[in-house]
Amino acid sequence: MNGIVGAVLFLILAPLAGGLIAGIDRKITARMQGRVGPPILQPFYDVGKLFEKESVVVVTAQNFYVVAYLVFIALSGAFFFAGGDLLLIVFAFTLAHVFLVLGAYAVHSPYSHIGAERELIQVMAYEPMIILAAVGLYMVSGSFYVADMAATTVPAILYLPGVFLGLAVILAIKLRKSPFDISTSHHAHQEIVKGITTEFSGPTLGQIEIAHWYENIFLLGLVYLFFAWNPVIGVVAVAVTYVAEIFIDNVTARVRWQTALKGGWLAALLGIANLAILSYMMIGGA
Amino acid sequence: MTFLKRSPWILHYDASSCNGCDIEVLACLTPLYDVERFGIINTGNPKHADILLITGGINSQNRPVVRNLYEQMPEPKVVIAVGVCAATGGIFRECYNIVGGIDKVIPVDVYVPGCAARPEQIIDGVVKALAILEEKREKMTGEARHAAEAGEST
Ligand code: SF4
Repeated sequence: MNGIVGAVLFLILAPLAGGLIAGIDRKITARMQGRVGPPILQPFYDVGKLFEKESVVVVTAQNFYVVAYLVFIALSGAFFFAGGDLLLIVFAFTLAHVFLVLGAYAVHSPYSHIGAERELIQVMAYEPMIILAAVGLYMVSGSFYVADMAATTVPAILYLPGVFLGLAVILAIKLRKSPFDISTSHHAHQEIVKGITTEFSGPTLGQIEIAHWYENIFLLGLVYLFFAWNPVIGVVAVAVTYVAEIFIDNVTARVRWQTALKGGWLAALLGIANLAILSYMMIGGA
Repeated sequence: MTFLKRSPWILHYDASSCNGCDIEVLACLTPLYDVERFGIINTGNPKHADILLITGGINSQNRPVVRNLYEQMPEPKVVIAVGVCAATGGIFRECYNIVGGIDKVIPVDVYVPGCAARPEQIIDGVVKALAILEEKREKMTGEARHAAEAGEST
Protein backbone atom coordinates (compact mmCIF):
# COMPACT_ATOMS: atom_id res chain seq x y z
CA MET A 1 0.00 0.00 0.00
CA ASN A 2 2.79 2.37 1.02
CA GLY A 3 4.46 1.51 -2.23
CA ILE A 4 1.54 2.62 -4.37
CA VAL A 5 1.33 5.92 -2.48
CA GLY A 6 5.05 6.50 -3.07
CA ALA A 7 4.73 5.74 -6.77
CA VAL A 8 1.69 8.01 -7.24
CA LEU A 9 3.33 10.82 -5.27
CA PHE A 10 6.44 10.47 -7.43
CA LEU A 11 4.47 10.58 -10.68
CA ILE A 12 2.66 13.75 -9.60
CA LEU A 13 5.31 15.62 -7.62
CA ALA A 14 8.54 14.70 -9.41
CA PRO A 15 7.94 16.95 -12.45
CA LEU A 16 7.19 19.86 -10.10
CA ALA A 17 10.23 19.24 -7.92
CA GLY A 18 12.41 18.45 -10.93
CA GLY A 19 11.44 21.67 -12.70
CA LEU A 20 12.02 23.68 -9.55
CA ILE A 21 15.46 22.13 -9.05
CA ALA A 22 16.30 22.90 -12.69
CA GLY A 23 15.28 26.51 -12.06
CA ILE A 24 17.40 26.79 -8.93
CA ASP A 25 20.22 25.15 -10.87
CA ARG A 26 20.08 27.84 -13.55
CA LYS A 27 19.91 30.58 -10.95
CA ILE A 28 22.94 29.29 -9.03
CA THR A 29 24.83 28.83 -12.30
CA ALA A 30 24.06 32.44 -13.28
CA ARG A 31 25.20 33.72 -9.89
CA MET A 32 28.44 31.76 -10.18
CA GLN A 33 29.01 33.54 -13.50
CA GLY A 34 28.20 36.96 -12.02
CA ARG A 35 24.82 37.20 -13.77
CA VAL A 36 21.31 37.79 -12.44
CA GLY A 37 19.91 34.69 -14.09
CA PRO A 38 16.38 33.69 -15.11
CA PRO A 39 13.45 33.41 -12.69
CA ILE A 40 13.29 30.20 -10.63
CA LEU A 41 10.18 29.13 -12.54
CA GLN A 42 11.90 29.53 -15.93
CA PRO A 43 12.01 25.77 -16.74
CA PHE A 44 8.20 25.66 -16.42
CA TYR A 45 7.87 28.63 -18.79
CA ASP A 46 10.18 26.89 -21.24
CA VAL A 47 8.25 23.63 -21.23
CA GLY A 48 4.93 25.51 -21.33
CA LYS A 49 6.16 27.36 -24.36
CA LEU A 50 7.31 24.18 -26.08
CA PHE A 51 3.78 22.84 -25.81
CA GLU A 52 2.46 26.04 -27.41
CA LYS A 53 4.66 25.62 -30.47
CA GLU A 54 3.80 23.93 -33.71
CA SER A 55 4.66 20.24 -33.75
CA VAL A 56 7.15 19.59 -36.53
CA VAL A 57 7.70 15.90 -37.11
CA VAL A 58 10.34 14.53 -39.44
CA VAL A 59 9.52 10.85 -38.97
CA THR A 60 6.50 9.69 -36.96
CA ALA A 61 8.55 6.98 -35.26
CA GLN A 62 10.64 9.59 -33.44
CA ASN A 63 7.64 10.74 -31.39
CA PHE A 64 6.74 7.20 -30.48
CA TYR A 65 10.25 6.62 -29.13
CA VAL A 66 10.17 9.80 -27.09
CA VAL A 67 6.87 8.80 -25.49
CA ALA A 68 8.42 5.40 -24.68
CA TYR A 69 11.41 7.21 -23.18
CA LEU A 70 9.18 9.34 -20.97
CA VAL A 71 7.04 6.39 -19.88
CA PHE A 72 10.01 4.17 -18.97
CA ILE A 73 11.81 6.93 -17.09
CA ALA A 74 8.62 7.69 -15.14
CA LEU A 75 8.08 3.96 -14.53
CA SER A 76 11.59 3.33 -13.23
CA GLY A 77 11.25 6.32 -10.90
CA ALA A 78 7.82 5.16 -9.75
CA PHE A 79 9.21 1.66 -8.98
CA PHE A 80 12.00 3.30 -7.06
CA PHE A 81 9.73 5.38 -4.86
CA ALA A 82 7.42 2.38 -4.46
CA GLY A 83 10.38 0.61 -2.84
CA GLY A 84 10.82 -1.89 -5.68
CA ASP A 85 13.75 -4.01 -6.78
CA LEU A 86 16.71 -1.71 -7.56
CA LEU A 87 18.12 -4.00 -10.25
CA LEU A 88 14.83 -4.00 -12.16
CA ILE A 89 14.73 -0.22 -11.82
CA VAL A 90 18.24 0.18 -13.21
CA PHE A 91 17.40 -1.96 -16.23
CA ALA A 92 14.13 -0.10 -16.94
CA PHE A 93 16.12 3.12 -16.64
CA THR A 94 18.66 1.97 -19.22
CA LEU A 95 15.90 0.78 -21.56
CA ALA A 96 14.41 4.29 -21.42
CA HIS A 97 17.65 5.76 -22.73
CA VAL A 98 17.82 3.18 -25.47
CA PHE A 99 14.46 4.51 -26.67
CA LEU A 100 15.80 8.05 -26.73
CA VAL A 101 18.80 6.92 -28.78
CA LEU A 102 16.51 5.04 -31.19
CA GLY A 103 14.39 8.17 -31.55
CA ALA A 104 17.45 10.20 -32.51
CA TYR A 105 18.58 7.50 -34.96
CA ALA A 106 15.11 7.42 -36.57
CA VAL A 107 15.79 10.76 -38.26
CA HIS A 108 18.27 11.13 -41.09
CA SER A 109 20.24 13.97 -39.62
CA PRO A 110 24.00 13.81 -39.08
CA TYR A 111 23.83 15.94 -35.92
CA SER A 112 21.13 13.81 -34.43
CA HIS A 113 23.18 10.70 -35.24
CA ILE A 114 26.34 12.07 -33.64
CA GLY A 115 24.31 12.96 -30.57
CA ALA A 116 22.80 9.45 -30.47
CA GLU A 117 26.23 7.87 -30.80
CA ARG A 118 27.58 9.99 -27.97
CA GLU A 119 24.56 9.15 -25.84
CA LEU A 120 25.34 5.44 -26.33
CA ILE A 121 28.92 6.12 -25.23
CA GLN A 122 27.58 7.87 -22.16
CA VAL A 123 25.34 4.89 -21.38
CA MET A 124 28.41 2.64 -21.67
CA ALA A 125 30.32 4.97 -19.37
CA TYR A 126 27.79 5.17 -16.54
CA GLU A 127 26.09 1.78 -16.70
CA PRO A 128 28.77 -0.25 -14.80
CA MET A 129 28.86 2.29 -12.00
CA ILE A 130 25.07 2.40 -11.54
CA ILE A 131 24.93 -1.40 -11.26
CA LEU A 132 27.84 -1.32 -8.78
CA ALA A 133 25.92 1.21 -6.71
CA ALA A 134 22.98 -1.21 -6.58
CA VAL A 135 25.31 -4.07 -5.59
CA GLY A 136 27.00 -1.96 -2.92
CA LEU A 137 23.70 -0.94 -1.37
CA TYR A 138 22.70 -4.61 -1.43
CA MET A 139 25.85 -5.65 0.42
CA VAL A 140 25.17 -3.12 3.15
CA SER A 141 21.43 -3.57 3.58
CA GLY A 142 21.16 -7.26 2.61
CA SER A 143 18.35 -6.64 0.12
CA PHE A 144 17.86 -5.37 -3.41
CA TYR A 145 14.57 -3.73 -2.45
CA VAL A 146 14.67 0.03 -2.19
CA ALA A 147 12.19 -0.11 0.70
CA ASP A 148 14.69 -2.17 2.77
CA MET A 149 17.63 0.02 1.74
CA ALA A 150 15.75 3.13 2.87
CA ALA A 151 14.78 1.50 6.16
CA THR A 152 18.26 0.25 7.05
CA THR A 153 19.91 1.67 10.15
CA VAL A 154 23.42 1.07 8.80
CA PRO A 155 25.13 4.26 7.55
CA ALA A 156 25.79 2.99 4.01
CA ILE A 157 28.06 5.90 3.14
CA LEU A 158 30.67 4.79 5.72
CA TYR A 159 30.92 1.38 4.03
CA LEU A 160 30.67 2.68 0.49
CA PRO A 161 32.68 5.91 0.17
CA GLY A 162 34.31 4.72 -3.07
CA VAL A 163 30.99 3.68 -4.57
CA PHE A 164 29.49 7.03 -3.64
CA LEU A 165 32.37 8.96 -5.21
CA GLY A 166 32.04 6.88 -8.36
CA LEU A 167 28.32 7.61 -8.42
CA ALA A 168 29.06 11.32 -8.05
CA VAL A 169 31.25 11.14 -11.17
CA ILE A 170 28.63 9.48 -13.32
CA LEU A 171 25.98 11.79 -11.87
CA ALA A 172 27.65 14.55 -13.89
CA ILE A 173 27.04 12.45 -17.01
CA LYS A 174 23.45 11.78 -16.09
CA LEU A 175 22.60 15.36 -15.18
CA ARG A 176 24.05 16.39 -18.56
CA LYS A 177 26.68 18.55 -16.94
CA SER A 178 30.20 19.53 -17.86
CA PRO A 179 32.77 17.96 -18.22
CA PHE A 180 30.69 15.11 -19.64
CA ASP A 181 28.00 17.01 -21.51
CA ILE A 182 28.84 15.45 -24.86
CA SER A 183 25.57 14.18 -26.29
CA THR A 184 23.27 17.21 -26.02
CA SER A 185 26.05 19.80 -25.98
CA HIS A 186 24.02 22.08 -23.76
CA HIS A 187 26.87 24.48 -23.22
CA ALA A 188 28.76 24.17 -26.46
CA HIS A 189 25.75 24.90 -28.59
CA GLN A 190 26.32 24.92 -32.34
CA GLU A 191 29.18 22.44 -32.08
CA ILE A 192 26.89 19.55 -33.00
CA VAL A 193 23.83 21.85 -33.14
CA LYS A 194 21.92 20.25 -30.27
CA GLY A 195 23.17 16.70 -30.49
CA ILE A 196 20.61 14.07 -29.61
CA THR A 197 17.76 16.59 -29.30
CA THR A 198 18.48 18.40 -32.60
CA GLU A 199 15.55 16.95 -34.51
CA PHE A 200 13.02 17.13 -31.69
CA SER A 201 11.05 20.33 -31.39
CA GLY A 202 7.95 21.77 -29.77
CA PRO A 203 5.85 19.37 -27.66
CA THR A 204 8.24 16.45 -28.26
CA LEU A 205 11.15 18.43 -26.84
CA GLY A 206 8.88 19.33 -23.92
CA GLN A 207 8.38 15.62 -23.22
CA ILE A 208 12.13 15.04 -23.24
CA GLU A 209 12.53 17.90 -20.76
CA ILE A 210 9.87 16.44 -18.42
CA ALA A 211 11.50 13.01 -18.67
CA HIS A 212 14.76 14.66 -17.64
CA TRP A 213 13.07 16.12 -14.54
CA TYR A 214 11.76 12.68 -13.57
CA GLU A 215 15.23 11.29 -14.12
CA ASN A 216 16.91 13.88 -11.91
CA ILE A 217 14.56 13.23 -8.99
CA PHE A 218 15.16 9.50 -9.31
CA LEU A 219 18.95 10.04 -9.32
CA LEU A 220 18.78 12.28 -6.26
CA GLY A 221 16.73 9.54 -4.61
CA LEU A 222 19.58 7.13 -5.37
CA VAL A 223 22.04 9.53 -3.73
CA TYR A 224 19.76 9.72 -0.70
CA LEU A 225 19.91 5.93 -0.18
CA PHE A 226 23.56 6.27 0.86
CA PHE A 227 22.49 8.46 3.79
CA ALA A 228 19.11 6.87 4.45
CA TRP A 229 19.86 5.99 8.07
CA ASN A 230 19.36 9.64 9.01
CA PRO A 231 16.79 11.56 6.89
CA VAL A 232 18.11 15.01 7.87
CA ILE A 233 21.69 14.19 6.90
CA GLY A 234 20.25 12.50 3.80
CA VAL A 235 18.47 15.61 2.53
CA VAL A 236 21.46 17.83 3.32
CA ALA A 237 23.80 15.40 1.55
CA VAL A 238 21.58 15.36 -1.55
CA ALA A 239 21.59 19.18 -1.65
CA VAL A 240 25.36 19.38 -1.15
CA THR A 241 25.96 16.79 -3.87
CA TYR A 242 23.80 18.69 -6.33
CA VAL A 243 25.43 22.05 -5.63
CA ALA A 244 28.84 20.38 -6.00
CA GLU A 245 27.73 19.11 -9.42
CA ILE A 246 26.72 22.65 -10.43
CA PHE A 247 30.08 23.93 -9.25
CA ILE A 248 31.98 21.31 -11.26
CA ASP A 249 29.77 22.13 -14.24
CA ASN A 250 30.90 25.74 -14.07
CA VAL A 251 34.61 25.23 -13.50
CA THR A 252 35.37 22.46 -15.97
CA ALA A 253 35.62 22.40 -19.73
CA ARG A 254 34.00 19.63 -21.73
CA VAL A 255 36.16 16.57 -22.42
CA ARG A 256 36.31 14.33 -25.46
CA TRP A 257 34.22 11.19 -25.54
CA GLN A 258 37.28 9.00 -24.96
CA THR A 259 37.97 10.76 -21.67
CA ALA A 260 34.31 10.61 -20.70
CA LEU A 261 34.31 6.86 -21.24
CA LYS A 262 37.54 6.41 -19.27
CA GLY A 263 36.19 8.66 -16.52
CA GLY A 264 33.07 6.55 -16.15
CA TRP A 265 35.06 3.32 -16.05
CA LEU A 266 37.64 4.70 -13.62
CA ALA A 267 34.72 5.57 -11.37
CA ALA A 268 33.55 1.97 -11.74
CA LEU A 269 37.05 0.73 -10.80
CA LEU A 270 36.87 2.85 -7.66
CA GLY A 271 33.52 1.25 -6.91
CA ILE A 272 34.89 -2.27 -7.50
CA ALA A 273 37.86 -1.62 -5.21
CA ASN A 274 35.48 -0.39 -2.54
CA LEU A 275 33.27 -3.47 -2.89
CA ALA A 276 36.28 -5.83 -2.86
CA ILE A 277 37.54 -4.39 0.40
CA LEU A 278 34.03 -4.48 1.83
CA SER A 279 33.48 -8.14 0.95
CA TYR A 280 36.93 -9.02 2.29
CA MET A 281 36.06 -7.35 5.60
CA MET A 282 32.67 -9.11 5.72
CA ILE A 283 34.23 -12.53 5.12
CA GLY A 284 36.93 -11.77 7.67
CA GLY A 285 34.29 -10.75 10.21
CA ALA A 286 32.15 -13.88 9.70
CA MET B 1 -1.66 31.41 -19.73
CA THR B 2 0.90 32.17 -22.36
CA PHE B 3 4.48 31.08 -21.94
CA LEU B 4 5.87 32.13 -25.29
CA LYS B 5 6.67 35.66 -24.13
CA ARG B 6 8.58 34.37 -21.15
CA SER B 7 10.80 31.95 -22.98
CA PRO B 8 11.95 33.24 -26.37
CA TRP B 9 14.80 31.18 -27.78
CA ILE B 10 16.92 32.97 -30.34
CA LEU B 11 18.74 31.72 -33.39
CA HIS B 12 21.48 34.16 -34.35
CA TYR B 13 22.65 34.09 -37.98
CA ASP B 14 25.41 36.22 -39.48
CA ALA B 15 24.37 36.80 -43.10
CA SER B 16 27.17 39.07 -44.32
CA SER B 17 27.77 41.33 -41.39
CA CYS B 18 31.13 43.02 -40.77
CA ASN B 19 30.94 41.26 -37.35
CA GLY B 20 30.28 44.57 -35.57
CA CYS B 21 26.63 43.80 -35.01
CA ASP B 22 27.43 40.21 -34.01
CA ILE B 23 29.68 41.36 -31.23
CA GLU B 24 26.88 43.56 -29.95
CA VAL B 25 24.44 40.63 -30.12
CA LEU B 26 26.83 38.48 -28.10
CA ALA B 27 27.34 41.36 -25.66
CA CYS B 28 23.67 40.92 -24.74
CA LEU B 29 24.55 37.53 -23.24
CA THR B 30 27.34 38.84 -21.02
CA PRO B 31 26.84 39.48 -17.29
CA LEU B 32 26.35 43.21 -18.02
CA TYR B 33 23.14 42.76 -20.03
CA ASP B 34 22.37 39.11 -19.21
CA VAL B 35 19.32 38.53 -21.41
CA GLU B 36 18.82 35.13 -19.78
CA ARG B 37 17.02 37.21 -17.11
CA PHE B 38 14.10 37.28 -19.54
CA GLY B 39 14.34 33.60 -20.32
CA ILE B 40 16.13 34.34 -23.59
CA ILE B 41 18.43 31.55 -24.71
CA ASN B 42 20.82 31.72 -27.64
CA THR B 43 20.28 28.38 -29.35
CA GLY B 44 22.13 27.05 -32.35
CA ASN B 45 19.21 25.00 -33.59
CA PRO B 46 16.50 26.48 -35.87
CA LYS B 47 14.09 23.76 -34.78
CA HIS B 48 14.27 25.01 -31.18
CA ALA B 49 14.16 28.72 -32.01
CA ASP B 50 11.31 31.22 -31.77
CA ILE B 51 13.18 34.29 -32.97
CA LEU B 52 15.51 34.48 -35.95
CA LEU B 53 17.98 37.29 -35.36
CA ILE B 54 19.98 38.19 -38.47
CA THR B 55 22.86 40.61 -38.85
CA GLY B 56 24.24 41.77 -42.19
CA GLY B 57 22.71 41.81 -45.63
CA ILE B 58 21.80 38.94 -47.92
CA ASN B 59 24.45 37.92 -50.45
CA SER B 60 24.01 35.56 -53.33
CA GLN B 61 25.58 32.65 -51.48
CA ASN B 62 23.54 32.73 -48.28
CA ARG B 63 20.17 33.39 -49.88
CA PRO B 64 19.11 29.69 -49.78
CA VAL B 65 20.65 29.28 -46.29
CA VAL B 66 18.52 32.06 -44.80
CA ARG B 67 15.39 30.67 -46.46
CA ASN B 68 16.20 27.20 -45.18
CA LEU B 69 16.79 28.35 -41.59
CA TYR B 70 13.54 30.30 -41.64
CA GLU B 71 11.55 27.38 -42.96
CA GLN B 72 12.97 24.97 -40.39
CA MET B 73 11.70 27.04 -37.47
CA PRO B 74 8.34 25.84 -36.09
CA GLU B 75 5.47 28.37 -35.93
CA PRO B 76 4.95 30.88 -34.35
CA LYS B 77 8.20 32.64 -35.24
CA VAL B 78 9.46 36.18 -35.84
CA VAL B 79 12.46 37.66 -37.63
CA ILE B 80 14.58 40.54 -36.37
CA ALA B 81 16.98 42.34 -38.70
CA VAL B 82 19.79 43.87 -36.64
CA GLY B 83 21.80 46.78 -38.04
CA VAL B 84 21.39 48.83 -41.21
CA CYS B 85 23.07 46.14 -43.28
CA ALA B 86 20.28 43.72 -42.37
CA ALA B 87 17.69 46.39 -43.08
CA THR B 88 18.87 47.59 -46.51
CA GLY B 89 22.33 46.22 -47.24
CA GLY B 90 23.90 49.24 -45.52
CA ILE B 91 27.32 50.36 -46.64
CA PHE B 92 27.74 47.11 -48.56
CA ARG B 93 24.66 47.74 -50.65
CA GLU B 94 26.62 48.63 -53.79
CA CYS B 95 28.76 45.50 -53.65
CA TYR B 96 28.45 43.13 -56.58
CA ASN B 97 27.40 40.18 -54.43
CA ILE B 98 24.92 41.89 -52.08
CA VAL B 99 21.25 41.34 -52.78
CA GLY B 100 20.00 43.79 -50.14
CA GLY B 101 18.26 43.63 -46.76
CA ILE B 102 16.92 40.47 -45.14
CA ASP B 103 13.40 41.28 -46.34
CA LYS B 104 14.48 40.48 -49.87
CA VAL B 105 14.29 36.79 -48.93
CA ILE B 106 12.09 36.31 -45.86
CA PRO B 107 9.50 38.49 -44.09
CA VAL B 108 11.06 40.67 -41.38
CA ASP B 109 9.02 41.70 -38.33
CA VAL B 110 11.36 44.08 -36.49
CA TYR B 111 14.16 46.29 -37.80
CA VAL B 112 16.79 47.37 -35.27
CA PRO B 113 18.64 50.45 -36.58
CA GLY B 114 22.27 51.34 -35.93
CA CYS B 115 25.76 50.67 -37.19
CA ALA B 116 26.48 48.83 -35.06
CA ALA B 117 23.17 48.38 -33.21
CA ARG B 118 23.67 48.88 -29.49
CA PRO B 119 22.87 46.04 -27.09
CA GLU B 120 20.11 48.14 -25.48
CA GLN B 121 18.51 48.61 -28.89
CA ILE B 122 18.79 44.92 -29.68
CA ILE B 123 17.10 44.01 -26.41
CA ASP B 124 14.41 46.58 -27.16
CA GLY B 125 13.94 45.03 -30.59
CA VAL B 126 13.53 41.60 -29.02
CA VAL B 127 10.89 42.98 -26.63
CA LYS B 128 9.00 44.43 -29.62
CA ALA B 129 9.33 41.09 -31.38
CA LEU B 130 7.79 39.33 -28.36
CA ALA B 131 4.56 41.33 -28.77
CA ILE B 132 4.40 40.30 -32.43
CA LEU B 133 5.21 36.71 -31.50
CA GLU B 134 2.29 36.72 -29.07
CA GLU B 135 -0.03 38.11 -31.77
CA LYS B 136 1.03 35.34 -34.14
CA ARG B 137 0.45 32.70 -31.50
CA GLU B 138 -3.08 33.97 -30.83
CA LYS B 139 -3.80 33.90 -34.54
CA MET B 140 -2.39 30.40 -34.78
CA THR B 141 -4.44 28.97 -31.90
CA GLY B 142 -7.48 30.91 -33.15
CA GLU B 143 -7.14 29.30 -36.55
CA ALA B 144 -6.65 25.88 -34.99
CA ARG B 145 -9.82 26.38 -32.94
CA HIS B 146 -11.79 27.46 -36.00
CA ALA B 147 -10.54 24.46 -37.90
CA ALA B 148 -11.53 22.15 -35.04
CA GLU B 149 -15.00 23.71 -34.83
CA ALA B 150 -15.45 23.47 -38.58
CA GLY B 151 -14.35 19.84 -38.35
CA GLU B 152 -16.94 19.11 -35.65
CA SER B 153 -19.82 20.70 -37.53
CA THR B 154 -19.24 18.64 -40.65
S1 SF4 C 1 25.30 47.66 -39.57
FE1 SF4 C 1 27.39 48.39 -39.36
S2 SF4 C 1 28.24 47.19 -37.66
FE2 SF4 C 1 26.38 46.14 -38.36
S3 SF4 C 1 27.08 44.68 -39.84
FE3 SF4 C 1 26.55 46.50 -41.00
S4 SF4 C 1 28.50 47.64 -41.16
FE4 SF4 C 1 28.77 46.11 -39.55
